[in-house]
Amino acid sequence: MANPAATPTVESLPAKKSSQPGDNSVSAEDLKSFYRDMLLIRRFEERAGQLYGMGLIGGFCHLYIGQEAVVVGMQSTLVKGDAIITSYRDHGHMLAAGMDSKGVMAELTGRSTGYSKGKGGSMHMFSREKNFYGGHGIVGAQVPIGTGLAFAHKYNDSKNVSVTYFGDGSANQGQVYEAMNMAALWKLPVIYVIENNRYGMGTSVERASATTQLYRHGEAFGIPGEEIDGMDVLAVRAAAEKAVEHARSGAGPYILEMQTYRYRGHSMSDPAKYRTKEEVDKYRNERDPIDHLRKRLMEDKLTDEAALKAVDAEIRKIVNDAAEFAQHSPEPDPSELWTNVLVGV
Amino acid sequence: MSTQVLMPALSPTMTEGKLAKWHVKVGDTVKSGQVICEIETDKATMEVEAVDEGTIAQILVQEGTEGVAVNTPICILAAEGETVSETPAAAPTAPKAEAPKAEPQPKAAAPQAPSTPAPAAEPEWTGKTVRATVREALRDAMAEEMRRDGKIFLMGEEVAQYQGAYKVSQGLLEEFGDKRVIDTPITEHGFAGLGVGAAFGGLKPIVEFMTFNFAMQAIDQIINSAAKTHYMSGGQMTCPIVFRGPNGAAARVGAQHSQCYASWYAHVPGLRVLAPWSAADAKGLLKAAIRDPNPVIFLENEILYGQSFDMPDDPDFVLPIGKAKIERPGKDVTIVAFSIMVGKALAAAEELAKSGIDAEVINLRSIRPFDTETIVASVKKTSRLVSVEEGWPFAGIGSELAALVMEEAFDWLDAPVKRVHGLDVPLPYAANLEKMALPQIDTIVEAARAVCNR
Repeated sequence: MANPAATPTVESLPAKKSSQPGDNSVSAEDLKSFYRDMLLIRRFEERAGQLYGMGLIGGFCHLYIGQEAVVVGMQSTLVKGDAIITSYRDHGHMLAAGMDSKGVMAELTGRSTGYSKGKGGSMHMFSREKNFYGGHGIVGAQVPIGTGLAFAHKYNDSKNVSVTYFGDGSANQGQVYEAMNMAALWKLPVIYVIENNRYGMGTSVERASATTQLYRHGEAFGIPGEEIDGMDVLAVRAAAEKAVEHARSGAGPYILEMQTYRYRGHSMSDPAKYRTKEEVDKYRNERDPIDHLRKRLMEDKLTDEAALKAVDAEIRKIVNDAAEFAQHSPEPDPSELWTNVLVGV
Repeated sequence: MSTQVLMPALSPTMTEGKLAKWHVKVGDTVKSGQVICEIETDKATMEVEAVDEGTIAQILVQEGTEGVAVNTPICILAAEGETVSETPAAAPTAPKAEAPKAEPQPKAAAPQAPSTPAPAAEPEWTGKTVRATVREALRDAMAEEMRRDGKIFLMGEEVAQYQGAYKVSQGLLEEFGDKRVIDTPITEHGFAGLGVGAAFGGLKPIVEFMTFNFAMQAIDQIINSAAKTHYMSGGQMTCPIVFRGPNGAAARVGAQHSQCYASWYAHVPGLRVLAPWSAADAKGLLKAAIRDPNPVIFLENEILYGQSFDMPDDPDFVLPIGKAKIERPGKDVTIVAFSIMVGKALAAAEELAKSGIDAEVINLRSIRPFDTETIVASVKKTSRLVSVEEGWPFAGIGSELAALVMEEAFDWLDAPVKRVHGLDVPLPYAANLEKMALPQIDTIVEAARAVCNR
């Protein structure tokens, strides 16, 4: 459901059509791997929700269920060295970036084997190896930082890009626009992916943004933007290819507004009274990115029930192993309280 | 294998709740993600979704039951291919997965902070010196470091073409080009965050704030992003960045442009906070700050920029971070100051000498880490302490000094610590009021006499 209105809005830019699914560059193997990657995130998050319910995960826990197509589609276009940064709804991004599900789950349970040795938690995890730069708990703060990662790529004359994710809630933060201005001014290789899941906590986009076409929010700086069906991994992939190529070629930043939806509340303790059950059900039943791709795989005879069952079993095992690992790893040693405050001290 | 579904905790504080409604009954098949029941928590009514697939074999807690403790089994789910009757009766309580405790067992109290000994004082400079202003010293420090390391760049408002709002970056654009000396828009929060990202990405930014007053726009990035990420990442991420610019009062620029941020930043673990006085301080400390792998707040002073000092003439002159300097040895009273107040304290010491009071003046140089060793040793010698700062008194650097000597040198004190500080008002514009609001040589002299009873 690429929005037909989603043409670039800066007049000097060549007319572009919104990205359409069915790109030739996507092979059957790609489709199967998208399915698997989305399913892994879904199952991982369901398990995280369960562990939270058991009191094994504390504090805040923001689940990504429903939005899986966004990171999986984006990630499929990246190459080694490309930087990824996002907000606190970050578990899906880490798994998509190839971070180990055990290390992520163990961080959620606050164990020494977690990515931050148990000192960061759900919202604060990083992997230098996978170029995942967090996991940021302050709404919008990752946007200047992601822009700075793009600055470093350009400074180093690398061909890498920075994919900077933020939500519709962040889209009203001043620093987002400060960053966009500099990114456009200095032609930094950054792709701003706005994951518009329609609610910043409990406030709908309509109640928070004076103009709700968030992909147009870079217009003041001449940044091209597109609105994409973020529930369709192929639409995401097609748009990502174009946006990443734009940034990688040195043409500067690009905005992709992903129309997506989170099935769960803002965090675990959100009863989600600001939206109707019918609305949630409609997305779940009619728009689910995983069901959608599964259907396509079956219809195009790219897979069969048995193969899908095998994927299901494989994912279930990965998630079970992660949960087991996360519950049985030791808590950090008390001495860790004082480590990593400063480098070299 | 059957699965017990447990009463979930649905908020960070929930311990029990009411099972308000079942959406499924025994024999129903459920998919993961399907709502199976509703629970009233301490905050709201929440839906509970199945995580595993299967058939409802038993319902263990009937709807309407109140006070169901978190982790009580509420139903049993039979797995695919398993008949409902095969499922065993529910265990009386759910096994709560306990985290294996870290070894050795922690005692009730947190472990003590490791004490980091202060670095040795730099040896008295006996080499060649050159007369330089603080402004030149800062510029030379940046230029020398930038020649040494291509990852270092300077960014800020008016640092390049304008040559610096206070001419601190004079000549740098010419030497290093616009790739490494970068004029930013007036967008402190944005460029501070961009600098943090560049540092995460392996560069070594020097971010100039035209004055630290404007850094309040950026303080979230400085504290939440720059200072905390090394810790929050378990040591994976580093943020080698210097935030520098003039701090404190200038002259007649009013309340919004005249404020000392030393105690603000010194409060934060994960930051280093330096405040040079002389040209040697400025050069040696800025070079140290640039080489340090941590985020450093470097508090300069506009009035000092034009003051000249003798400075070591050596491109390898670097001062240790965390070491105070005894600028004037004395035996009767210790005066601790930083930045521009060091000059005032030295002038006050000269004044005091006329009436036979021999004051020791300590130039802190480093606010965090604090050179506890030097301060305490001095107080043990003089038994009297006067702190001097331009900032406000409440929770200021003077308060920290007072607490420190109370904890570490209580038995040596012959008088209560006296704090000299900016008055507890926004800085006024009128010349007479401004002068009254800031510490002057006379105020320091008076305070020192008071603690000496003379």
